[in-house]
Amino acid sequence: MTDPGEGKEPGQSPSAERPGDDDLTAVEPSGRGAGDPLVLGHERAGMFGVHGTGDTSGFGGLRLPAYSPAPAERPYGGWFDDFADELLAAMAERGIPGDSIRQVTVDRGEMTLYVARERITDICSAMRDGDGLRFELCSSVSGVDYGEDVVDRLHVVYHLTSMTFRRRIRLEVSVSVEDAHVPSVVSVYPTADWQEREVWDMFGVIFDGHPALTRILMPDDWEGHPQRKDYPLGGIAVEYKGAEIPPPDTRRSYS
Amino acid sequence: MTTTNDPYAGTTEAQEAEERRTTEGPVYTVTGGDWDTIANSEHDERIVINLGPQHPSTHGVLRLVLELEGETVTQARSVIGYLHTGIEKNCEYRTWTQGVTFVTRCDYLSPLFTETAYCLGVEKLLGIEAPRRAQLGRILLMEINRIASHLVALATGGMELGALTGMTNGFREREVALHLLEHLTGLRMNHAYIRPGGLAQDFPEDWVEQTQYFIDWMEKYLPGYDKLLTGQPIWRQRLEDIGYLPVDGCLALGATGVILRSAGLPWDLRKTEPYCGYEEFDFDVPVLTEADCFARYKLRVAEMWESLKILKQCIKMMEPGPVMIADRKVAWPAQLSLGADGLGNSLEHVRKIMGQSMESLIHHFKLVTEGFKVPPGQVYTAVESPRGELGCHLVSGGGTRPLRVHLREPSFINLQTMPAMCEGGMIADVIAAVASIDPVMGGCDR
Repeated sequence: MTDPGEGKEPGQSPSAERPGDDDLTAVEPSGRGAGDPLVLGHERAGMFGVHGTGDTSGFGGLRLPAYSPAPAERPYGGWFDDFADELLAAMAERGIPGDSIRQVTVDRGEMTLYVARERITDICSAMRDGDGLRFELCSSVSGVDYGEDVVDRLHVVYHLTSMTFRRRIRLEVSVSVEDAHVPSVVSVYPTADWQEREVWDMFGVIFDGHPALTRILMPDDWEGHPQRKDYPLGGIAVEYKGAEIPPPDTRRSYS
Repeated sequence: MTTTNDPYAGTTEAQEAEERRTTEGPVYTVTGGDWDTIANSEHDERIVINLGPQHPSTHGVLRLVLELEGETVTQARSVIGYLHTGIEKNCEYRTWTQGVTFVTRCDYLSPLFTETAYCLGVEKLLGIEAPRRAQLGRILLMEINRIASHLVALATGGMELGALTGMTNGFREREVALHLLEHLTGLRMNHAYIRPGGLAQDFPEDWVEQTQYFIDWMEKYLPGYDKLLTGQPIWRQRLEDIGYLPVDGCLALGATGVILRSAGLPWDLRKTEPYCGYEEFDFDVPVLTEADCFARYKLRVAEMWESLKILKQCIKMMEPGPVMIADRKVAWPAQLSLGADGLGNSLEHVRKIMGQSMESLIHHFKLVTEGFKVPPGQVYTAVESPRGELGCHLVSGGGTRPLRVHLREPSFINLQTMPAMCEGGMIADVIAAVASIDPVMGGCDR
């Protein structure tokens, strides 16, 4: 879906012969440039979690590049192609530009759509109401923080379930900490109410248009957002048989 | 009163009235037996009362804030977070295997479901599948756990509505279930028995007899609930047409499990998205259309019968075999055996890794301290817990620790339906509605 016009080539895609396919490709998402991947995950450095000086073991020299999920290309396989056609048709019907979907990833039998954040509510509404889509249930909304040094480190992940077709789709939106605003989907899926409050509470993502975006798990006057990666886990050292066991976030880590 | 420093001096009525005054109106603290102070005071009909978080009828540390007109609830809100323990964040600081020990502590009434959802997620990330005996063992444990959880739902629900015999009977049967779970896994709760790749160890030798004993016990005593509760006029009057939530409300609010099935939608992940091999089992998904508390109660009883059916088939289907995948890079290295001082690493294993094979020792040490690496990516796995869809969203950055563990807890989601069920009804029916949602606050707050 990242390559415009790809679906038109006969034989490459099982949906190539679908009527009106030409119209659909007009809104086929343009994706991002090849040299501009949606970076996910943080670079891992230092096998024993040692940063800066102080490590003479040699393990600190370990460098692992950040993982970025590979964009999928048509045919996606299984029902994913049918679904993509239906979604593009529903988006065209509602006037949602095709580049609102920035990337499609198919991994481990699950499809992830990386969505431009200003379009998440529209796309959710298309997913819910589209005739061939019918994602009636928003199963889960969760936040993910990919780490301090990552561009657009805060992700909001929506798991939608179609009970009619027994399908699951993942939508993902990424924002930066400085501008952590995502439109709320409560107007489409009322069940997202508490889940968005939890993501606000734990990750500090502000859901614009949420009816009452207040903390839900932490006390109202709590400072900070505990599940961000730069928020300390806390804990105290424990003495056991004369040895001192440090708290978990200061123990050495292997990755 | 002459001095304000004397704690035993008491207060005058004028002072009490002054203390009660807030910008939102006078605030009274009544703890029982002193309702006259409110009844005799000057006020309008609107009262906001706080119920919980420490209250025997709120199903754990759930706090309800109710706005009343007389005895009618005009607005209801629930306040949660009193049992938030940061399990999801803690998982990010442990290995993938240690994560099981944390997630099992979420929903303390159905720990084996959380373990299964998490382990299925890790296995999907790794691209492996547990051996058949382990999968069937998971089903066996989950169904025993489902019965135990539904029994607590009935027992505490009965207690909250004044049916105390329902409580004593429910906990009596649950005790047998927990004894069986202890026999099979070693612990009554917080088992950490289901591991990525399979089970921690095989069941004890007499597991068939013990499970059969439990099935016989349940078949003997489960009909008693119909006699005690189902046909009882008071129980029916407390539950029928109470806490009504139709199917469109369920879907909008995300309610799954018994609440959704009581509204007529036969949605059970064991049938719709089978996992662990549920597709091989012959069982029904009970569905009713009344969408009230009584329907939910009847469904829980019916589901226990279905679980017993699954258990009987499971005993027949389980054949000897490995309970952990053969890949030594993932499988937990310990070889457990029962010694004089209890269960622990087998002496042969310790002797081998300490005395004979340096490589075994290194392997054991690396796998236990460092853990196994999980290829980067994310998955979502869902199982049908006693309360509904229990989802697990796992994100791996490629290391030996999770980047993110998120549990889609049915208690958390289903509790959002409380206002829709309660507003407009009587205050006594709030208790019935909350009991029929059956939220477990450990899972709700995580």
